[in-house]
Amino acid sequence: MRFKAKVLEPAEIERALRRMAHEIIEKNKGAGDLALVGIHTRGIPLAERLAALIERFEGVRPPVGVLDITLYRDDLSEIGVQPKVRETRIPWDVTGRPVVLVDDVLFTGRTARAALDALVDLGRPKRVYLAVLVDRGHRELPIRADFVGKNLPTSKSEVVKVKLRETDGEEGVELWER
Amino acid sequence: MGALAHLLDFAGWDRARVESLLETARMMEEVLERPMKKVPALKGFTVATVFFEPSTRTKISFELAARRMSADVVGFSGAGSSLAKGESFKDTLLTLQAMALDAYVIRAPVAGMAHQAARWLKGAVVNAGDGRRAHPTQALLDAYTLLEELESLEGKKIAIVGDVAHSRVARSNAELLPLLGAEVWAAGPVGLLPERLPGARLTTDLDEALSGADAVMVLRLQRERMDEGALPSLREYVAEYQVTRQRLDRAKPGAPLLHPGPMNRDVELEGALADGPRSRVERQVRAGEAVRMAVLYHLLVGRAA
Amino acid sequence: MKLLIKNARLVDGSGELGNADVLVEDGRIASLAGGDAERVLDAGGRWLAPALTDPHVHLRTPGQETKEDLATGLAAAARGGYGTVVAMPNTQPVVQEPEQVRALLDEARSIPGARLMVAAALTENQEGKKLTPAALLARAGAALLTDDGRTNEDAGVLARGLVYAAAAGLAVAVHAEDAGLRGGGVMNDGPLAAELGLAGNPPEAEAARIARDLEVLRYAARKAAALGHAPRLYVQHVSTARGAALVAAARAEGLPVVGEVTPHHLTLTEEAWRGFDARFKVAPPLRTAGDVEALIGALERGELSAIGTDHAPHTAAEKERDLENAPFGIPALELAFPLLYTELVERRGLPLPLLIERMTTGPRTALGLAPARLAEGAPADLMLFDPAEKRTVDPERFVSKARYSPWTGRELVGWPRLTLVAGREAWRDAGLA
Repeated sequence: MRFKAKVLEPAEIERALRRMAHEIIEKNKGAGDLALVGIHTRGIPLAERLAALIERFEGVRPPVGVLDITLYRDDLSEIGVQPKVRETRIPWDVTGRPVVLVDDVLFTGRTARAALDALVDLGRPKRVYLAVLVDRGHRELPIRADFVGKNLPTSKSEVVKVKLRETDGEEGVELWER
Repeated sequence: MGALAHLLDFAGWDRARVESLLETARMMEEVLERPMKKVPALKGFTVATVFFEPSTRTKISFELAARRMSADVVGFSGAGSSLAKGESFKDTLLTLQAMALDAYVIRAPVAGMAHQAARWLKGAVVNAGDGRRAHPTQALLDAYTLLEELESLEGKKIAIVGDVAHSRVARSNAELLPLLGAEVWAAGPVGLLPERLPGARLTTDLDEALSGADAVMVLRLQRERMDEGALPSLREYVAEYQVTRQRLDRAKPGAPLLHPGPMNRDVELEGALADGPRSRVERQVRAGEAVRMAVLYHLLVGRAA
Repeated sequence: MKLLIKNARLVDGSGELGNADVLVEDGRIASLAGGDAERVLDAGGRWLAPALTDPHVHLRTPGQETKEDLATGLAAAARGGYGTVVAMPNTQPVVQEPEQVRALLDEARSIPGARLMVAAALTENQEGKKLTPAALLARAGAALLTDDGRTNEDAGVLARGLVYAAAAGLAVAVHAEDAGLRGGGVMNDGPLAAELGLAGNPPEAEAARIARDLEVLRYAARKAAALGHAPRLYVQHVSTARGAALVAAARAEGLPVVGEVTPHHLTLTEEAWRGFDARFKVAPPLRTAGDVEALIGALERGELSAIGTDHAPHTAAEKERDLENAPFGIPALELAFPLLYTELVERRGLPLPLLIERMTTGPRTALGLAPARLAEGAPADLMLFDPAEKRTVDPERFVSKARYSPWTGRELVGWPRLTLVAGREAWRDAGLA
């Protein structure tokens, strides 16, 4: 693989998240019953950051849950590897709440679909939104994000690498070529 | 650490593999805490329970584990007597195999039958108990339960008490717990101890085994043992080896009490203890489900097309 | 028709006899110095030995012909270099009437393969209670009396049986295991059985019974001596160091006992049970490495003087049953010689004549037959084998109905290529020129 370009600098990530937080508040008409669910792995720190931003703007911090979608993947019978099952912890009631699923990259839409299935198994949310830092196109399912940090048209041979200080020790979104 | 093809016993296992499986079991336990206790991970897979020995609890535990993972379950029950008549164990398995099943949970009355099955079947084989030899998922759920209480088994003394010679639970625990660093003791009357139990220290001195134990596992005493002459009398067993509150005081304070079930209250264990605060029998049952879900996940997912 | 086997290296129990051209005529060795013959076979320097004698085989006839019959059994024997086999009587029904003995011998006459000798039961239905008519059976052609398949629990009956058999000129063979100590044991009793959670059959069960049977022999010998008869005891398949030691001590004392050992007890140990494979299930069971060493030593010193395969065929399906329900027994006729040649002669340096002796004269003497020697005038029961060509044990190619083997996949040398019985070809390997 070879590096092609840095498409988001740390400051740009920060700005994008602030804008998304405002959009979420606007769409939801306040912080209300709002809850955030971060999808393993990088969706979790992003969800935490969005929760902190919403708190800064609205004075209310929405609860954040973590979701592992391994047991909901649609390719478990085909893949040759055994994905590690990680923690799902949503210690509040999903039912009746507007929930924002948060992930770093939206690509084929399969992860988002699995997350949606997992979420509705946990209860009956009032509404489900999808917030992603990067939408790189190439959807294979009819899924769209409600809140997008950056739209990044890519080719299938390219790889989008999101690096966050909580998980990777550095910040940035990079584009690589396979 | 390669993919797990079968779970027959712990031959070739190392600590890393045990911990990985128990970690998955922890994730599965979270599923069991949801209002809807089901995930689609094994949708499209079929699990067969093939029991040549009667069992309610273990069979139901495996069935539930499979169904909670959205697998389909089919059950076959055969009497051990059909094996003696020569009705072929192999034929039964091959008939099931012709239906393209993915996993076979087998319980059989003679040691080695799960290994034999694994030789003939294309799917994954889980040993749910082969004669007196092994019952690996029981040991895994026991380890899981113990770790919940003790956090780590490193250097911990675990005492197994009772009819050790005829116990596949004892053999599998003696094989597994040392992989997590535990020191296993097995105590019982001289007629009910095997000549050798790899992984455990054998003793007829119950007090020595219980002294300072971090946990105690009590085994079921079957009436047949008296008939076989392995044990002179029940009265003597109760007098010398029943785990009572007084005897249990020799163990560490608060040491959890485990039993694979079903319990003979006031035989191997004082009735009050069976339902007392130290007993972790209910936790064991719950752990059993989570562990079996994890086992099925490890065996069926990532087995490559 | 005369047959000349030229260019052979001769060996029998007395030693290696050098190269020779052997002329066979009228069922006998006519000359070791060559001669004219209608048929000539070039042995190509291969070994020529007397054909082997197996004093202990189960041919399952009458009654269990799905497992083996006379045709397949005798053909398998010839393929294994055997010229003579003794069939055990634990069949259905048990062979215990003179008519049955005659019928079997008649049937075998027209079957190409090794020569059949028939053992008859010592007691009715082998129940160990009422003796069979030893003299009538001997006259009908029985070679041996035995309750093999079962154990002789009543020492008094065994003692009387030994005396009556002696008067009829027959030895008595015993499967020496104490039924009480043996219990339901499927494998050797010891730490491994404890580890595997399987019922064990202890070495003491064999030692206890051999010790008892030797005292019974002593008693029978004393009783019979006064009447001018000498009972002979044949202890089958000695599997333990202790058992071999008991037989050795008795022989040193001059007691008329012969100890037999099987190819499986000389080459396999209980460790095979870790594979949970009923192909290794046999009675008496496979023992420890220490026992194997002791048995090989006893074989070398002649304390155990006969090798018998105890060829025990079952259907492959039966041997795939679970370890408790699968029947006991290991079939080995077709590969006993190459197995022992490879393991004992090639690998351990046991002298070849010694192995030949234990597989020819040793069993023959026990049966009251003349020693097997390659000499002018001797019967032309001959076996030609190849010391160098490696072949893999492949049960699919067995002639025996028992198409499975504990030694599947093993590479062995010493495969027999030609077996003659009374001068006629009982078996010839296709590749032999």
